[in-house]
Amino acid sequence: MTDSDLKVFVAGTSKFFREMGLSDAEVSTPFVREDSDRVTYEFSAVIGVSGTQRGCVYFSAPRMMVEEIMRTVGEPDFADENCADLVGEIANTVSGNAREFLGSGFMISVPVVFYGPSQDVRFPPDMPCFVIPIIWNGHRSSLIICLKDQPKAKAGVERKLEVAEV
Amino acid sequence: MRVLIVDDSNIIRRSIQRTIGSGESPYEIRTASNGKDALRVFDEFLPEIVTMDITMPEMDGISCVDAILSRRPETRILVISALADKATAVEAVRRGAQGFLLKPFTPESLSLELTELLKD
Repeated sequence: MTDSDLKVFVAGTSKFFREMGLSDAEVSTPFVREDSDRVTYEFSAVIGVSGTQRGCVYFSAPRMMVEEIMRTVGEPDFADENCADLVGEIANTVSGNAREFLGSGFMISVPVVFYGPSQDVRFPPDMPCFVIPIIWNGHRSSLIICLKDQPKAKAGVERKLEVAEV
Repeated sequence: MRVLIVDDSNIIRRSIQRTIGSGESPYEIRTASNGKDALRVFDEFLPEIVTMDITMPEMDGISCVDAILSRRPETRILVISALADKATAVEAVRRGAQGFLLKPFTPESLSLELTELLKD
């Protein structure tokens, strides 16, 4: 993954908050995650990535932030399932929007969401995970990018298989 | 006018429903959370308009567009997706969708797209 790939996600996250009609989010300097870092919160979502790159994109946020976003966009039901769904949708939107720059070979899965005290978010061990801290209305959340370039031939085979499945 | 909203996100389904179903809305609305579910609802509800996500479990939105238009070619379909590459929008239109709206969207941009969709 290159610096410019990372910038795509930083810009995409800012764009998400702006275009949702929310106040601007502050995006802090990205860093490489260490095992001792606490970078996940009550609600997390992961998007699997395949094709030209392999890995995943996470978004994780505390309940208070998720509820405040829901209130701002007019969603009155703060049930756990809806909070998790919103976090999944943010991960999906930021990842999907990244295809504008990374191309249609950057293939994404549907989101998988985790919440509650027993959530077990695991990170791929064979690649660095970049954490982009996002602060919105005083709440801190994380966009976590774990991606590795795929050798061209393998990416091509994976794409063909996915097309065949459709 | 009957509208079917297809998206695997409950938050998005509810958001679209609030936007087009509030006040004295002319729309009767049903929802579905994936392509397979959408076809089942479509067959009994026979909507004139469908809003369609692309990345969904069970059956993706592009396959669902094909299936819907083979049942009722006059159905007007607005694809609403986060996939921002040009190829996705072009493919959706090539399959027969009349409009493409990129997520995230505002209530205003959704209303505008639906107005455009109904112009013809």
